[in-house]
Amino acid sequence: MKGTNLGEFEELVLLTIAALAAEAYSVAICDELERYTGRSAKLGVVHAVLNRLEEKGLAKSHLGDASATRGGKRKRFYEVTHAGKVALMRAKELREAIWRNIPGFNLEGSI
Amino acid sequence: MNKDPQPPQWATAFLRWYCRPRLLEDLEGDLYEYFIRNVRRKGLRYARLVYWLDVIKFLRPYTIRKIEPLTFLTQFMMIGSYFKTSRRNLVRNKLFSFINVVGLAVSMSVGLLVIAIVNDLLSYDDFHEKKDRIYRVITHHQNDGQTPMDLASTSVRTAQRLAGDVPGVENFTMLRNGFSGDAKVGQNTFPLEATWADRSFFKVFTFPLVAGDPATALQQPYSLVLTEKTAKRLFGSTQVLGKTVRFDTLDYQITGVARDIQTLSHIHFDALLSFASWDATIGKKQDELYNWDNVWSNYTYITLAKNGSTAGVQRALSQISSEENKALVRKKVTLSLQPLKDIALGRKLSNNMGPRMEPTTLWILAGLAFVIILSACFNYTNLSVARSLRRSREVGVRKIIGARRSHVLGQFMTEAVLISFLALVFSFGLYLVLRREFLALDPHIPEIFKLNLSVRSVLSFIALAIITGLVAGFLPAVFFSKINALSAMKDASGLRIFRHIGLRRVLIVAQYTLSLVFIATTLAGYSQYKGFLNFDLGFTTENILNIKLNGADAAALKKELSEIPEVSKISQSSMVTSLGSMYGFDVKYRPNASTPGDSALVWVNTVDENYLPIHQHKLISGSNFTLRPEKGKESELIVNQQVLKRFNIGGRDPQKALGHVLKVDGQDLTIIGVMKDFHYGTVENKIEPVMFRYSQSEPWGYLNLKIASTDLASTMTKIESAWKRFDKIHPLKANFYNDQIEDAYSRFSMMIKVIGFLAFLAICIASLGLFGMVVFTTETKLKEISIRKVLGASEPGLVYLLCRGFITLLAVAALIALPATYLLFDKVLLTGFAYHQPISIPEMLGGALIVMLLALVMIGSQTARAARSNPAKVLKSE
Repeated sequence: MKGTNLGEFEELVLLTIAALAAEAYSVAICDELERYTGRSAKLGVVHAVLNRLEEKGLAKSHLGDASATRGGKRKRFYEVTHAGKVALMRAKELREAIWRNIPGFNLEGSI
Repeated sequence: MNKDPQPPQWATAFLRWYCRPRLLEDLEGDLYEYFIRNVRRKGLRYARLVYWLDVIKFLRPYTIRKIEPLTFLTQFMMIGSYFKTSRRNLVRNKLFSFINVVGLAVSMSVGLLVIAIVNDLLSYDDFHEKKDRIYRVITHHQNDGQTPMDLASTSVRTAQRLAGDVPGVENFTMLRNGFSGDAKVGQNTFPLEATWADRSFFKVFTFPLVAGDPATALQQPYSLVLTEKTAKRLFGSTQVLGKTVRFDTLDYQITGVARDIQTLSHIHFDALLSFASWDATIGKKQDELYNWDNVWSNYTYITLAKNGSTAGVQRALSQISSEENKALVRKKVTLSLQPLKDIALGRKLSNNMGPRMEPTTLWILAGLAFVIILSACFNYTNLSVARSLRRSREVGVRKIIGARRSHVLGQFMTEAVLISFLALVFSFGLYLVLRREFLALDPHIPEIFKLNLSVRSVLSFIALAIITGLVAGFLPAVFFSKINALSAMKDASGLRIFRHIGLRRVLIVAQYTLSLVFIATTLAGYSQYKGFLNFDLGFTTENILNIKLNGADAAALKKELSEIPEVSKISQSSMVTSLGSMYGFDVKYRPNASTPGDSALVWVNTVDENYLPIHQHKLISGSNFTLRPEKGKESELIVNQQVLKRFNIGGRDPQKALGHVLKVDGQDLTIIGVMKDFHYGTVENKIEPVMFRYSQSEPWGYLNLKIASTDLASTMTKIESAWKRFDKIHPLKANFYNDQIEDAYSRFSMMIKVIGFLAFLAICIASLGLFGMVVFTTETKLKEISIRKVLGASEPGLVYLLCRGFITLLAVAALIALPATYLLFDKVLLTGFAYHQPISIPEMLGGALIVMLLALVMIGSQTARAARSNPAKVLKSE
């Protein structure tokens, strides 16, 4: 099926959702990503990715409770679905399998 | 609000407009969060800018709202339901429906008439096969030092030049008006007016021939083409091909019979003579008629070749003009093209043929119709909003069941359109009546308009109904669609139905202002018109009958007429003054031989010695004509005071002016009398220098009969029989001077009739609307009235309470309308008249008073009824 594989940024966002657990909504995800990567994560980009992840069925969302801080607007909280978890695991395993096959990989030596 | 910085409203509105509902709420929250952050970090301005940019950046395929076919589909499916509820509402609120349908129907009938008129004007000359390729050659005539003239006519020379093969011109034809003669057929003689046309006339225009060959009919000299009507008049049949008609000494052969001309044609003729006959008769004698600058009586039309362009022909015409202009001194004549379809609705040209309506007149007419329709729309708006209390429940239920705003909007729009269609049916009936009245308004109107139905006019009628419905229904629909479902269901009285009272007040004031302006204009205009008719012209027109001579010698007729005892005196004149037509001569005055002299245009009437006494012109000095010279040998002149003033003759002293000589038309004429100034033109013109010359015989002028009779009808028959004995061919053309003056101002009486009719409509519509408003307001306030009554309020007090608001509105309307009308007359309408009555304030006030009284009666009767109601009955039902 088209779209089941995970892009690099998608993987990062999905991981962040998982990491943030109950606090995973768009602005928090942006902040967290910025903190991890050191690069600025634009809301526009993240929003689009979140939307895509949801479309692919890797994440799901629900609206939280209203709070006065956001002009009375509710937050949309994301969580990783089962399919999302599987995709994350698979991506991780894939990488590790390749890592394992690298003979005598020496980080210091190569630099 | 002031505490927290807010993101730009427009940006949020934009976001809400485009964003999918599912994504909207949290996205809006996200953006707000970033906005607050930016405000803290970089300040408000920066934050607002970023917010705007973000909103725009989020405009992406996945955020944009999908067009929801379902909403449209439900609108479509619901139309049946809308019809049903609309119908029920119409039936349930009979008064409401009645007021609206009648108001809209009455106003729309005027709209229909305007549409029919415009439609007729747009259909002019549509029957020509080549209508899109026919152009009229028009002339710009410029004399040095004079205002230039634009003429519909051209010179014969133009046609001669066009014959020299101009690229892009497929064909051209030339017409000349003005043939008038007595046609002899066997023993009978008929007066006949005809038009000369050259041989390609039938190639350019589509006037089908029932007999004869269109290609050759107008080729030979002395060829004649009759219309069927003329053929029947002359011969009693249309089988006349090859027969001859004699004019004076010349025999014309009939070479064709044309089908009668439709009304909607700018070219009309009873008969056509071949242009070759003009060449052989009139043209032969007068060479100057072929001159390039003799542009007064010919009309030239071209058909453009299928692949030709107007620009190309125009270039050729400019080329011809500049070549021919070389021969002219201090004068320039330039030609240009005018499309056939622009003639009936085009710009003003001198010597125009056929009817023409100024687009401005049309706009004014359409504007008046629009204003009247708008007034009826106000009624609908007003009453719908006033009734909102009753219908808000319905809207509430609809909304709770799932109607969107757009659905409610659609429903109320449908309802309004439905009502306006119902009104269209009635208004069409009214239109048929109105059409008949309009065509009877003036004898010339049926010659110009047919006002028949066509596909275009019917479609326009329907479009008018739809637009009217949408305009009328727009405000109520918006109002209802905004109703909050919950508050409508919870407590109807919580609905602020009086919130829109301001709007309703404005609409009522607007309606009444309009009505008052109309009625005041009508009455003030009517008194002005009466003033024109009874204006002191400086001479008498009482009991004077003007008989038009038709080229006949007057002496014999005079003898015949003077035998009638009721005719007390007879005089002669070349024209009838004060009706608008004017004739003038350049007059030169030299006080003494050493000065160069001064010349000016002086208006003239040629009269005999009886003219002054019959018309009671007052001589200030000198005497009436004493000599009785032959034509061309006159030496006497009577002038008015303005002539003395203009030339400064004898120090402007009437006594000293006698004996001075003026050079008129190459003759030296001595002033023998000075008469008091009188109105030679209409009251639109200032009094200018006028002179009376003497003439015993004016074959193309008038006889002025002073009638002293108690039985006008029998006198008229006597005059008629005297005329018949004298001239068997031409019918008698006799009119009383006063009737002629009335005729000269007939367009004003027509205008007053039209405005008066519109005033009547406007008042009807405004009254209906006010009536409805009063009924609904008193109904909603019934409980209040009852409680007040129980607590001891008196009936007059209650009536006053209910009326107060409306009376204030009427007073405001009057305060706006009356000064506005006064200014309208003072600054616009009466500026075109050199002399007029003072604007009659009492009439304007009277008109306003009638309207006010009408309104007061309506308000009073309704409020009194409410005030009399039994409080026990009203309060019991709660």
